[in-house]
Formats: sequence, structure tokens, C-alpha cells
Amino acid sequence: MSAITFAVQLLNGVQYGLVLFLVASGLTLVFGILGVINLAHGAFYMLGAYFAWWIAAYTGSFLMALIGGVALSFMLGLLLENVFVRRLYGRDHLAQVLLSFGLILVVDELRQILFGKDVYSVKPPPWLEGSIQLTDNLSYPVYRLALCLFCLVLAALIFYVIQRTKLGMIIRAGAENRDMTRALGIPFDSVNRYVFAGGIALAALGGILVSPISTVYPGMGDGMLILSFVVVVLGGIGSVAGAAIGALLIGLTDTFGKVFFPQVSSILIYVLMAGVLLWRPNGILGKREA
Amino acid sequence: MSDVTKPAAALAHPILTSGLDRRRFLAGAAGLATLGAGFTPSAPAIAQAAPLKVGFMLPYSGTFAKLGKFIDDGFRLYVEQQGGKLGGREVAFFQVDDESKPEAATDNMNRLVGREKVDVVVGTVHSGVAMAMVKVARDSNTMLIIPNAGVNEATGPLCAPHIFRSSFSNWQVCYPMGKVMHDAGHRKVVTITWRYAAGQQMVAAFKEGFSAAGGSVIEELALPFPEVEFQALITQIATLKPDAVFAFFAGGGAVKFVKDYAAAGLNKTIPLYGSGFLTDGTIPAQGEAANGIKTTLHYADNLDNAANKAFLSSFKAKTGQDGDIYAVQGFDGAALLNLGLTAVKGDMGARPAMIEAMRSAKFDSPRGPMSFNRANNPVQDVYLREVRNGRNEMIAIAQKSVDDPARGCKAQS
Repeated sequence: MSAITFAVQLLNGVQYGLVLFLVASGLTLVFGILGVINLAHGAFYMLGAYFAWWIAAYTGSFLMALIGGVALSFMLGLLLENVFVRRLYGRDHLAQVLLSFGLILVVDELRQILFGKDVYSVKPPPWLEGSIQLTDNLSYPVYRLALCLFCLVLAALIFYVIQRTKLGMIIRAGAENRDMTRALGIPFDSVNRYVFAGGIALAALGGILVSPISTVYPGMGDGMLILSFVVVVLGGIGSVAGAAIGALLIGLTDTFGKVFFPQVSSILIYVLMAGVLLWRPNGILGKREA
Repeated sequence: MSDVTKPAAALAHPILTSGLDRRRFLAGAAGLATLGAGFTPSAPAIAQAAPLKVGFMLPYSGTFAKLGKFIDDGFRLYVEQQGGKLGGREVAFFQVDDESKPEAATDNMNRLVGREKVDVVVGTVHSGVAMAMVKVARDSNTMLIIPNAGVNEATGPLCAPHIFRSSFSNWQVCYPMGKVMHDAGHRKVVTITWRYAAGQQMVAAFKEGFSAAGGSVIEELALPFPEVEFQALITQIATLKPDAVFAFFAGGGAVKFVKDYAAAGLNKTIPLYGSGFLTDGTIPAQGEAANGIKTTLHYADNLDNAANKAFLSSFKAKTGQDGDIYAVQGFDGAALLNLGLTAVKGDMGARPAMIEAMRSAKFDSPRGPMSFNRANNPVQDVYLREVRNGRNEMIAIAQKSVDDPARGCKAQS
């Protein structure tokens, strides 16, 4: 493999990893901060992509689709938190799994009623439509590069909010010790709903941003859900930095696995996960339990 | 398109799409009415006066729902054109939604065969489900007409006199592409598909045809089903610089592959070929990226024959939609059954004669002339199509009267 090909594959791996991070970040936030397992994360990823297709079809603008899709999903998240999810804080995981599994069914049926089951595609904004020539016969879509950049900015933004703002401080305190935070009069509960809705919005944002380079189809969230869980478990549950590391590891493993070990590429990421868990049972940046 | 399931990751879709079984009992009344006429018929006459029970086991929900509906519509269209009869008998339809779930296939099939006691089963799209249906049909000696699933085994090692296919075999639609690509001057080709039964059968058939023509497959790329992250493999294709690429994907995967291939600029230097499913029913989503892709299949959107024109206009009149290969395969399934039943005057008891009539049938399908081989798989023309004007237009006959070799099928009487 020439140095140039290697570099291109490296780029492929990093780009895939960044997309995985984008989707998995919402899952790890909701899981880590609220203690809620959200199996419907993949379903909201799919819903985001359908929102993007729908809004883009009506307005012709990807930017509108992006803003509108995220806003719709955020509101949906608030509604769901208010009606269902807040009853589950502190309950055992089985109840959460049941609820979020139910949500998968509902979201899927809604998608069926609203958008049907055809395969759709979404056009990227015109100023990102071109491509860059990488080798003599291979070019790389500008949109993919922009997506990388966007994911990096978003990652920085999430870090900033959690580590440097008052809101982030409340979130961290609540995640550390919920009862003590409440006892100190910190409005942790009212923050919860925004964390949950934010998680849903991040899943949908992933679907929206991926829609121009992927396709919009009914089962698109299923594979993503599994991969997101692998990323979250690998990186350490609740750790955003861990999710970033986990996602990049998986992106690179998957890409180079397909190139060098095509026969076993499907199991490589799970082998990686098993190996990491043997070494660090709580994930790469997971908290050590006492 | 055989095992083209949707991406169904471990947790997910088979369960998600499960609903109640949508069994409906239709059109029975008309047939029953003829029984109450108050005369004393002889025994065979009773058998023929009762409606013929046709059981549809098709995907009415899930990713393949549209395909199942079109097969159903195509079949019913033919029956309507015969005045609601096949072989002179009224027809009662039974429907079971197979949901494209292989694990439920045996139960669903047994429901039609055991409980409803249907005379003929028509199904299905998904090859995994079709394999289970073939096994039950063999065990219970039930007539089965497969209106889509292309899995080679159904008319190969598992062939049986009472199992017919009105569609294609995976081998059949890909083998002719070998010579086509060689004739186009391509000598070194890379193949790419999902690593599962249908993909492997199609690629193997192409490779067989291409090697026979004198070309060589320099690399067989594959990724796990139903993954759609193609970027690493597309980069490999760019590095290998083959003369051309042969691909099998379908549905959402086909859309994404074709778009990714074009986005990488490869369509400018390395032409993309494939089995027809790469561009069938997916062109609206693929858009310009699909332009110029050449595929082989036993049907094309603009076939210029009388049967096809008549079919397309009556299908449009019945359903308001444009007919496609799936509707044709349903339509032909009914035509085939009608031929067999007519030969025995509607008497299912005379099955050997009926089967003989079906196997020796020759008729003008909307897809072109059609007959059957010893394993009951269609012998038919396979077309070379090119994506132009947003549809798959025929540019040549890739190979006339393609006959699946029916490997592993023991000689049938």
C-alpha cells in the first residue's frame, strides 16, 4: 500500500469515526448523566434523516432542514421527557429498556405513516457540492471534509459546555450524586429535560448531517444503534472524551479491517471491544467503581 | 433480488416490523355460491366447482412491502383478465404476511398448507423465507410458485416437480454479464458485494461468465451484510485501477453505493456494471449518479413488445402505478398456473398432467418469450440495460434464452 493510499484510508477511518462520535455523543450523555438507557437512539437518528429529507423537499434548503430538523427533534425530546422518561430516573434499567424499545416501535410506525418506506436522498448545500482530487482517479467530496470539521467543532462545543459553563457544572454535579445535588438546592431536575432533549437532538443531528452522503431508508438507525453502543461502552459510559476516542478507534479499525482482513472485518470491532474491556472493564475513560 | 433484507441489526428490525398477521379471506363468497345450486354433481365436478384456493405468502409489511404488493397485484390482474377464473375455476385468495422473516417462514407456510388447505402457494421475495417454503412444499407435496426469490438452490439441489419459479435464478441474471463486459473490452475486473448468499451467488455467476469469455477477476471485494460504509473499499478500487467494476447491491445499499462511487469520481474512469437490482426501483434516489450504469436483468422499463405494452397499461389502469419486474413476475405466475389448470380442466387431482403442461409451457410474457427448464426455472432472455432518462432502458439482449444449469437438481420425471 502506497503512502498516499494509506493516507486516504486514514482519512476514511477518521471521517467515519467522527460521524460515529456525532451519533454516539448523545447516547453517552443521556446514559452517563441521566442514567437512562435509550434504545430508541437509532430510531431518532433515522427520524432526523427523514426530517431532513422532508424539510429539504419542501424548502429546497439544506440549512433549513438542519435547523428545522434539530428544532423538531429537540421539541420531541422535551415532550417525551415530560410525559414518559422523567418517571424512569432512578428506576432499574429494565423499565427504561422497555420504554425505549416501545419508542422504537412507535417512531418506526410514525415514519411509516408520515414518510412511507421508500429510499430517499438529500442534496448537500450547493457550496459544499464539489469534490477535491486526491489521487489521479480518486476524488473526495467536499461535504465529507466539511462534516469532519463540523464534528470537531461540535465536540469542542460539548466539552466547553460541560467543563466550562454553569450549566455544565450542574450537569456534572447531578451525574456525580443526584440526591446530594438536589439537597443543596441546585435545579438539577429542570436541567434533566434539556439533557434528554439534547441527546435526542444530537441523534437527529447525526441523521441529518449524514443524509447527504448516506441514504434515507427505514432501517438506517438499526446498525447505527449497535455501533453507538459499542462506541459508548468502549469509551467508558458517560464520558464524552471516551466516546470520541472510542469512535475514532472503531472508525479506524473498521476501515483498515476491511482493507487488510476482509474475511473477518465484521467481527474486528467487537474483538477490539472485548479486548479493551478485558484491559479496562469500564471502558477506556470509564470511572473506576469503588 | 434474493436475500436482500433490509439492514436488520441484532436487536432490531424483525421485531419492529412484526404486526399482526394480515390474513384476509377474500372472494370466497363468489365461489361458494356455485355450490348451493341444488344439483347432484359427480365427484370430480364437485372438486372443480369449489373455488381454487390460492395462498399468497408475501411480504405485505417491512422493506419489501411494495414488492409483495406488486406481485399480488400482478397475479390478481391476470386472474381478473380471465374473468376471475383460472383454468375455468373461481379463485379464492388467502394472504399471509411473511414479513421477510425466515424464522417465521415455516409456521406461516404451515398455516396456509395445514389450516387453510390451499391448493397452490405463491411466494415469496426473500430468499431465506423462500428456502423454508421450499422445504415445507417438498414435505407436504404442495404446489409452489416462487414469484421472485432467486436463490439458486430452489431450482437446483432442492428442485421438485411441483415447485416452479416465475422469476429468475441468481445465476441466470449475472452469467450473461461476463460476456457483455468482455465484449466491451474489459479484461481486469473487480467485483464488490455483500458477503451473504445472494451476493455470493451473483458474483460467482458473473465470474464464471467472465472467465469463460477470457477475462479475469483481479479482486473480489465484499463487506458484511447489510453494512453501507463503502468508503474503504471504494478507495481500494481506485488503487487497483481495474478496467471495470461489477457490483451487486440492492435497496438502500444500492443507492448509497452508486452515490458514493460517483462522489469519489470513479464513474468517470472506471465504468460500473451490475446485476439489475443495482438500479431497479432506486433511480429516483440515486439521481444523476446512476446515469450510464449498465446492468443485466430479465426485464427492462421500455421493452417494446405487445405483451409488455398491454400489461403496463392494464396494470396502470388497475393500480394507478407503473408496473415493474415484480408485478410481471406475479402476473406470469398466474399465467403459468392458468396454463396448467386449463390443460386438466381445473382438476387439481390430475397433477402430473398439470405439471407436465406447465413445464412444457411456452408463452409471451411482458418480459419476452418464456419457457421452462427441467428444474422448472424460466428459460428467458436476459437484457443489457443502461440507466438513461431516469429509467432502465434496454440497449441489447445480453444473451438469448438463458437456461440456468440447475446444478444439483436430480433428473425429474
